[in-house]
Amino acid sequence: MSLHRVLTGAPRSAPATYAEHVAQFGELPRTIDITKELLASGLTGHGGAAFPTGKKVELLKNQRHGVQFVVVNAMEGEPASMKDRVLLSTNPHLVIDGAVALANTLDADQVIICVPRDRPKLAAIVQRAIDERPSRARRDARIELQTPPGRYVAGEESALVHWLNDKETLPQYRPTRPAILTIGRSATLVDNAETCAHVALIARYGAPWFRQVGTANRPGTAVVTVSGAVKPAVTEVPYGTPIIDIAKKCGVTTPPQAFLLAGFGGVWIDGAEAHRGFDDDSLRPIKATTGAGIVVALPLNACGIRETARIVRWMAGESARQCGPCAFGLPALADDLELLASGRRAEQTLSRLQSRASVIEGRGACRHPDGVVRLVRSALEVFAADVVRHANGNPCVHAQSTVVHVPATQREEELEWQ
Amino acid sequence: MAIRKRGASFRLVVDPVRCDGYGHCHELAPELVTLDEWGYPIITANAFPGNDRELMRSAQLAVRGCPRMALVIERISAQ
Repeated sequence: MSLHRVLTGAPRSAPATYAEHVAQFGELPRTIDITKELLASGLTGHGGAAFPTGKKVELLKNQRHGVQFVVVNAMEGEPASMKDRVLLSTNPHLVIDGAVALANTLDADQVIICVPRDRPKLAAIVQRAIDERPSRARRDARIELQTPPGRYVAGEESALVHWLNDKETLPQYRPTRPAILTIGRSATLVDNAETCAHVALIARYGAPWFRQVGTANRPGTAVVTVSGAVKPAVTEVPYGTPIIDIAKKCGVTTPPQAFLLAGFGGVWIDGAEAHRGFDDDSLRPIKATTGAGIVVALPLNACGIRETARIVRWMAGESARQCGPCAFGLPALADDLELLASGRRAEQTLSRLQSRASVIEGRGACRHPDGVVRLVRSALEVFAADVVRHANGNPCVHAQSTVVHVPATQREEELEWQ
Repeated sequence: MAIRKRGASFRLVVDPVRCDGYGHCHELAPELVTLDEWGYPIITANAFPGNDRELMRSAQLAVRGCPRMALVIERISAQ
């Protein structure tokens, strides 16, 4: 069941050197264009939105002025995710190879790898990997490391491109779809680090190899971070692996009461749904997605409402405060959830929470508020029994224990955007 | 609006980043815009026909009256 593709060689004491990487996978073939392979492989983005990578590349290839930049998004602002970190510290060259393959396909001049500046060790690993790559031919893309501030929304692709343009990690309002991101005036491809690693393997072994595992619609493997009831662990599994099996592999022993999937802007699912496969087709009936490959197991002795309140409070603090509905709405949602969990004035709180959630949805420049609304709605559904109990004025029995790792909320004056 | 054609429909669109919640749009076009509890606009009418002069007039007033220039009238292209 365990299948190491992009995590081949893990766990490693030190990141793979270029020589080790070539010994493992061979040189990146000098094919010019892998668009067809990407389309045939059915690879989708691993950053959360699951957009077909081949389609994205095709869309950008048809841009009139061509593409100059390939941006590798290893920001990983999601506190429940470790996959990009683990991937880069296992074999940074695989990620770089993928980005180079994409740059060759699009005839781009530059590859920019973005690692948050609060992870200097990871940045050093990437820099060392860039430096030890053999000197390139003249027409190859330059590879460069950038370290934007490590905030949650900084990893949003438009915020990332905004930072590369203007050194400001604020998401941009993009009314036209599909939006083409640009650095200066040239179109830019932004892909998640794990997506690039998969691209590197597709460039070597081809689409049929890639489709050997996974499901028909979501072929390949996913690097999943399991946390919550257990110490955070990263594992690579084929898409479609039952969620409970993924959790067990990472040491979850007793069946949890619920799972948080996709990330902090994701969806709670009931523990009884854990037999479902980890792929979007199996999860669609319960309105969940695989997102950035996150599974948080919530043990029986935890309160889902309280955990959601903590997550929403943190997400509210991570808002870029550009759009009113997000800047004011998310703290209001967090207030309501905390009130609900405490069992005080809970009945009116519940109806207000529901109406606020629908008011906020879809009114931000980026999808940050929508993710929080999705999380709140799923919490009210999955923990419906708890909600009723709280609404009748009973505070939580498990009020003291916290399970989901939520970083400390920063004060507004400490927020760093530049 | 030079682009007004029979049958075409339009909608009012807010740029949420620009909007600072002045609320002028609600004053000027109450039939198209309501405000949430924090004073930020919610566009109530998803689309209005271009030949509805009243609504088009209100929408134009709201667009011109916005101190942040956050509103635009967008033509909904027929799919």
